[in-house]
Amino acid sequence: MKKKNVLQRTIIIVIITVVGLYAVIGPHRRWPHFKDFTWSGIKETLATNIHLGLDLQGGSHLVMRVKTEDFLRRLTEEDFVAAQNAAKDAGYEIKGGQAQTSGTYRIVLEPADASKAEEIKQAVQKKVELGDTSIWGYSASGGQMSWTMTQAAQRLLADNATTQALNIIETRINALGITEPTLQTHGAQSAHQILLQMPGVQDPERVKAILQGESRLELVHVLGPPSPSPATTYTSEAEAIQSVGGVVPPNRKVLPYQERIEPTANGATDQTQKPKQWVVVEVPAIIDGSELRNANAVGTQGGRSEDYEINFSLKKSGADKFGAWTGAHINEYMGVVLNGEVRSVAYIKSQIYDQGQITGRFSQKSAEDLALTLRSGALPAPIEYLEERTVGPSLGQDSIRAGVNASLVGLALVVLFMLVYYRGSGVNAVLALLLNMILMLAGLIMFGATLTLPGIAGIILTIGMAVDSNVLIFERIREELRSGKTVPSAVEQGFGHAFITIIDTHVTTIISSLFLFVFGTGPIRGFAVTLVIGLLVNLFSAVYVSRTIFMWVLGRKERVESLSI
Amino acid sequence: MLQILHDVTIDWLGNRVWFIGLSVLLMLAGLASAIVRQATGGQAFNLGVDFKGGTVVTVKFRQRPGDEAIRAALVSKGVRDAVVQPVTDKPDTVLIKVPLEGEGQDGRVKVRGALNAFGTEASPSGDLNSEPNAAYKIIGTDAVGAIAGAQLRNKAIAVTLAALVGILIYIAFRFEWTYGAAAVIAVFHDVLVTLGFFSIFQFEVSLTVIAALLTLVGFSVNDTIVVFDRIRENRKLHRRDSLYKVTNDAINQTLSRTIITSGLVFLSVLAMVLFGGEVLRGFSVALLIGVVFGTYSSVAIASPIMVWWEQRIEAANRQATLTFNQPLKGGVRTPAKAPAKASAKASGRARA
Repeated sequence: MKKKNVLQRTIIIVIITVVGLYAVIGPHRRWPHFKDFTWSGIKETLATNIHLGLDLQGGSHLVMRVKTEDFLRRLTEEDFVAAQNAAKDAGYEIKGGQAQTSGTYRIVLEPADASKAEEIKQAVQKKVELGDTSIWGYSASGGQMSWTMTQAAQRLLADNATTQALNIIETRINALGITEPTLQTHGAQSAHQILLQMPGVQDPERVKAILQGESRLELVHVLGPPSPSPATTYTSEAEAIQSVGGVVPPNRKVLPYQERIEPTANGATDQTQKPKQWVVVEVPAIIDGSELRNANAVGTQGGRSEDYEINFSLKKSGADKFGAWTGAHINEYMGVVLNGEVRSVAYIKSQIYDQGQITGRFSQKSAEDLALTLRSGALPAPIEYLEERTVGPSLGQDSIRAGVNASLVGLALVVLFMLVYYRGSGVNAVLALLLNMILMLAGLIMFGATLTLPGIAGIILTIGMAVDSNVLIFERIREELRSGKTVPSAVEQGFGHAFITIIDTHVTTIISSLFLFVFGTGPIRGFAVTLVIGLLVNLFSAVYVSRTIFMWVLGRKERVESLSI
Repeated sequence: MLQILHDVTIDWLGNRVWFIGLSVLLMLAGLASAIVRQATGGQAFNLGVDFKGGTVVTVKFRQRPGDEAIRAALVSKGVRDAVVQPVTDKPDTVLIKVPLEGEGQDGRVKVRGALNAFGTEASPSGDLNSEPNAAYKIIGTDAVGAIAGAQLRNKAIAVTLAALVGILIYIAFRFEWTYGAAAVIAVFHDVLVTLGFFSIFQFEVSLTVIAALLTLVGFSVNDTIVVFDRIRENRKLHRRDSLYKVTNDAINQTLSRTIITSGLVFLSVLAMVLFGGEVLRGFSVALLIGVVFGTYSSVAIASPIMVWWEQRIEAANRQATLTFNQPLKGGVRTPAKAPAKASAKASGRARA
């Protein structure tokens, strides 16, 4: 009975060990060759299996710039349109005006009746946030009312846009599963540059395209007669402008419309598929991307298997606005605008609240990438790449070598002590420790984790707790032996008592690591990943395996008088 | 068999005043260092380039020295906490990140001062090709912000606190909530003492130190639970003994394990402090302090606090029982625990 038990346990251990060992040193995406099991072959596969982080291996070094001038320009233009509409809504006639956006950012309105300037100012500032004197300086002269953005506000808004871009890039990097990048501002503050260092990734061009994706989403009213007439499109921009009377009024916009375009890998669009068209849309948009709650890539129903579209849902506030608008505009045309280009136009069959699609024959990858950038939020301004380099490990090759050597010295000390102090049982502990390390690496590889210094800290804690588990068990067995118990009963009791302690210490640490893993970022997460894997493995190696070895030793003889411990 | 200790009978709890006094003293010293340094215009902690930002100096060499040589040259000129990162696609180029220090100090000047150990710099207008005697040229100087901004720092603290709450709840579930509270107080003590050392000696605090702090939290909790577990076991076996004696016994019984485990970890970490190199020093020193105090705190902080707390609760319960035994006017309800404890005591006496 007991013999069978040992055999069963041994088989389980051997299978897990072999699988773990193969996960660490065997090639993954192909069948192994004989040469994979030579020393150099193992070293080579090991290097591809274990992903090392930026601090240990180096990676890409990207400097990018946030085009904050685009952000300020768009802000000024939008406020100009809003101001003009606000004045008209309040019943004042505006005969002209402009948004100046080169160098200085200024909104100019020319009222038909200059004497009403003060009233118009009040009406406009009630609706549009131009009354904040720390941002806009107001002046009126020669029949013109003008709001000029102060220098201080330009700096502040540009800095805010950079910070926001930094946060969004961080969200996207995390969503891409790139572990432990470093992200920091770069250059003088006024340069609005961001430095991103990330460990080697498989497809750097894709990452760059995703980071650069502006993902400005708007749902707009496309002007023209309602369905069943087809959507009103124009073959040229001039023709579209002509349709609104030669000058685009402030509450209208002419946008390009390209049907069924598919972004290629680098984000550029293949322009050969269909001729570009133009549509006239209403300003402001019904809702924009800030009202987005979620976005997902899904296969197009009834389309080709490689066709994908993006389903999105709106937050409550957006859904209310959207529902009210669509309810009032049944059969009219609506467009989905992405980064200033109309991606699809459709008529409203019935009232829509919080769901929508972006169609346009995306590939699976481009749909998923777009959904990811939509979820992370729109960048406040476009981003350009200034510099790209490959860099070595940030900890320095020499430090890593020193660290590895020091760890080996430490490990050798531990092994030596266990063998001298616990003799025969020490072998048991060393075997368990070795298995622990193999299985921990296997776990890291299977989870695709990236190993960084904080991760190594997690490994150190794991090894410490693994040694502790064995020490706890052995000390307890010795204690039981001292109290006069027979060897089998001392082993039994020792494991029994120590097991409770080991469970408590391990579960406590695993619980706290799960918090770190779920809510933590960067280095904290890297630490938690290795620790959780390591401790789960340790419950197996230090308790189950160790116990089995004892069972095997004790089971060989009829009566055991002494134990090497 | 080789044996370090057996049959130890040390009255650990009897020395609790000294232990807690020492810990309070250490924490106050750390706090005083942080406050005085901050108040006198210095810095409470020597924050590294990860936290403060600094200057990245891009240097092109004619013959690139090793990372170690560059770092040594910087250290000899007093630039201690530099990150030296080679540009692998341009083998002659190195990025040197130096932390911001004080106002108006130019990272470029400092790096140049150190690099002159390898030869002269090419003139600002020339380059390495036109000036055969020049050894290097600084081709770029850029300010960089902190990697770990305030946001990351706050998040790290919040997440760690949440993890400690998790620990508290689990220990409360498995033992008593006083045990959990004592363990978490001990962890706070360890982190504060370690940070105190970092402030007093102005060791550099980098991101790796954060990893070390997380590790020491793990060690400390592990150690405390081993002692508490033994206390729980002994309480069941020796119901007559006072908690004071049971706790002392538990510490003594687990002492050989404590010494072996902590000693082994201490030696391994010491190897890393001695041979691990300059860059990992902050990490390994934090771990070393953490191992010492994590072990110390489970005996000297967690256990006395837990015993003191339990004794107070017991005293309060006894008082409630007394009140109950007297003729009551109101109808005061007994706390659920009190009669059980009283009967446990009674049965103990009966057996005696």
